[in-house]
Amino acid sequence: MNRKTYDDMTHLYGKIWIWIAVVIILLVPVAICVYYNAWPPLQSVVKGLLGVAPIFWTVGAIEVITFCPMLGTAGSYLGFVTGNLTNLKVPCALNAMEINSVKSGTEEGEVVSTIAIATSSIVTTIIISIGVLLIGQLTPILNSPELKPAFDNILPALFGGLGVVYISKNWKVSIVPLLFMVVLFLSVPSLASSVGILVPVGAAISIGVARILYKKGLL
Amino acid sequence: MNFNPNDNFMYILAVTIIVFIIAQSLFFLIRAYRRGKELGMDIKKLRKTISSSAIFTVAPAVSILLGVLTLSKFLGLPLPWIRLSVIGAITYELPAATSTASALNVSLSETIKDPKAFSAIAWVMTLGIIVSIILVPILLRRIQKGLTTIKSKDSKWGDLFITAMFLGMISAFMGMVFSNIRIGLAGWIPVFVLMFSALLMGICGILLKVFKINWIQDYALPISMLGAMTFAVCITPLIA
Repeated sequence: MNRKTYDDMTHLYGKIWIWIAVVIILLVPVAICVYYNAWPPLQSVVKGLLGVAPIFWTVGAIEVITFCPMLGTAGSYLGFVTGNLTNLKVPCALNAMEINSVKSGTEEGEVVSTIAIATSSIVTTIIISIGVLLIGQLTPILNSPELKPAFDNILPALFGGLGVVYISKNWKVSIVPLLFMVVLFLSVPSLASSVGILVPVGAAISIGVARILYKKGLL
Repeated sequence: MNFNPNDNFMYILAVTIIVFIIAQSLFFLIRAYRRGKELGMDIKKLRKTISSSAIFTVAPAVSILLGVLTLSKFLGLPLPWIRLSVIGAITYELPAATSTASALNVSLSETIKDPKAFSAIAWVMTLGIIVSIILVPILLRRIQKGLTTIKSKDSKWGDLFITAMFLGMISAFMGMVFSNIRIGLAGWIPVFVLMFSALLMGICGILLKVFKINWIQDYALPISMLGAMTFAVCITPLIA
């Protein structure tokens, strides 16, 4: 009973925060238009949107279906507002649940995932804010050619460490989707720019393999 | 009025957004922490989760800051600051700005001077990214009910189902690392970085399990990630 109440309240608070966020986010361009008296021609917004919306909206819908089960209730309401899910919030939540030995979808998993995502959101916001305040001093350092390879390789640096933990524990399920993705990206390197769309493909393959192995009693 | 994308009004908008984000995050952080206490979870572990998550976040957050700097050359500082603090990621915002700028025949090489072009870009950045945030309150309960149904029928399969989803995401990103290897040795750099990160994680695992250095468990991922990024800095000049 208590768990249901807590979860129900999380949904209620989450919905309140997220709808306020929607309004605030939409108010930013409205405020810009009103303050500068600069409403853009509808045609230019539509043209700009046509270039990005088909892919962004598809990826957005896919991310909701794929990441919500991993992030938990509060984690989803918070993570989707603060963004940077694949490169930060999802790995942060997964890592926190792993080191606490809790599972996604449990009460403990919900607590740990929420703490990880909230902390990550606060730290990210503070770091960006400090960076904006110190932009003069930081720009030459952050844009230095010596440091460029570090930031160019942030995703392999992240997924190498995270991947080895999950794959070593679930190698039977991992091997097919991993091989599929390596062959796919080798065959069509340009897909790297739309990796978000391939996440559910990888998930579908993993789930299929897991189901077959489970039914055969191999897991 | 002369238009300046860096004027005080834009900074006020940015600070408002930042305050909202911090407030929402603190609200859920405190609530989850209290819930953890109620559930009898180890408080030390919860505190360590906060510190390890904070340390893990530093490098990706600096990478996001680089995105702000990239966009600021064209859009000024406050709008990229806003966009990359809520929902946004550089992989969305840069194409959104580029798409609108090209539709309006505006150059990306200098700071924007036309307020209408600026507001058009702000609209496209916002509307282009708004879908996921609207879908969460609509779909989250249904997604969770679906998972609960799977778990109630067979809890072991329910756990496997979620683990398989994790593995699908990890496979996609690990596969992507191999996308450039056909261009030659330089294309292998991300693969070497991935392997080095995995190696560091393996070493952390040995230090934890064999030598019982327990604190390393909380910081293994930041250590692997930062170590691999340092490795990238060292090997890139030698290979590229």
